Amino acid sequence: MHETTLITILGMAAVTYFSRIGGLWLMNRMRTTPRLENYLSSLPGCVLVSVVAPAVLTKGLPEFFAGLLSLFVAWKTRSLVAALITGVGSVWVLRNIIV
Amino acid sequence: MIFTPHGFLRGFRLAVPLALSVGTYGLVFGMLSKQSGLEFNESLLMSLTVFAGVSQLIAMQLWTAPLPVAAIVLTTFLVNARHLFMGAALQPWFKKLSWGQAYGSLFFCADENWALAVKEFRRGEKDGAFLLGGGFVIYVGWVLATMIGFAGGLMVRDPAAWGLDFAFVAVFIALMIGLWRGKKDLIPWCVAGVGAVVAAKFLPGKWYILIGTFLGSLLEFLRVDDA
Repeated sequence: MHETTLITILGMAAVTYFSRIGGLWLMNRMRTTPRLENYLSSLPGCVLVSVVAPAVLTKGLPEFFAGLLSLFVAWKTRSLVAALITGVGSVWVLRNIIV
Repeated sequence: MIFTPHGFLRGFRLAVPLALSVGTYGLVFGMLSKQSGLEFNESLLMSLTVFAGVSQLIAMQLWTAPLPVAAIVLTTFLVNARHLFMGAALQPWFKKLSWGQAYGSLFFCADENWALAVKEFRRGEKDGAFLLGGGFVIYVGWVLATMIGFAGGLMVRDPAAWGLDFAFVAVFIALMIGLWRGKKDLIPWCVAGVGAVVAAKFLPGKWYILIGTFLGSLLEFLRVDDA
């Protein structure tokens, strides 16, 4: 394993474990504010949107429609598997139709 | 609060469906990690030590040569920062556990088993090992799925030909929906999305992820209402 890869993985592991224990550790000692809680809980959504938006809006029509379909299926079924199959299946079909 | 094998097993049992669902995108991660150039033991180590699907999938988007170590670690922290809030939410019950029980259990704290544990603790579950049990079955599922997905990545020559390159996008869309907290997320998410698209046009690499996140969450931070 490359040294850099190992450092990266362990770095990821360290910050992740820190994020898991940090909340309890801090709460045992002080108060968090609603503003901070709100901010922290907004982060994953913002990150995902930032990754999904360009992938779905700037790549092409198959990706756009596949994204829309996945969104609809995810919303209606709340099933990750259903959304996954819809997304992969529809992008494959659309790429083959839209030449 | 007690902490017994009984609680562990109860948590384990109730989280099996969650483990299957998490396993699904574990397969995606496994395959994606192979495509991104990781070796098997690197992919496995990541799932064993990080155990955080969204951040691992995003790390694969950033995985280029030379490896942008700081960017990856920082993004991982940003994506996983919500765990701070999750750990804090467990404090009413976990303050009654020993140091080892609490901080040991928390390694296995994933979104799904956390939500389940909070629900059960509020319902009167007295066994603190419940979180650990649920987390453990999800952990096993995650690691196994990583390995199987990686093996799958070895077999599929051209994932794009099957639309598999879109797999992580579909997974993210599904996870995104799960994270939607209601109308209050609409504007920050639009800001994040627009910001990311614009940044993607003008900035190299994956800076657009950080820009979009920064802009969207900044709005959340500045929010004045007390809802």
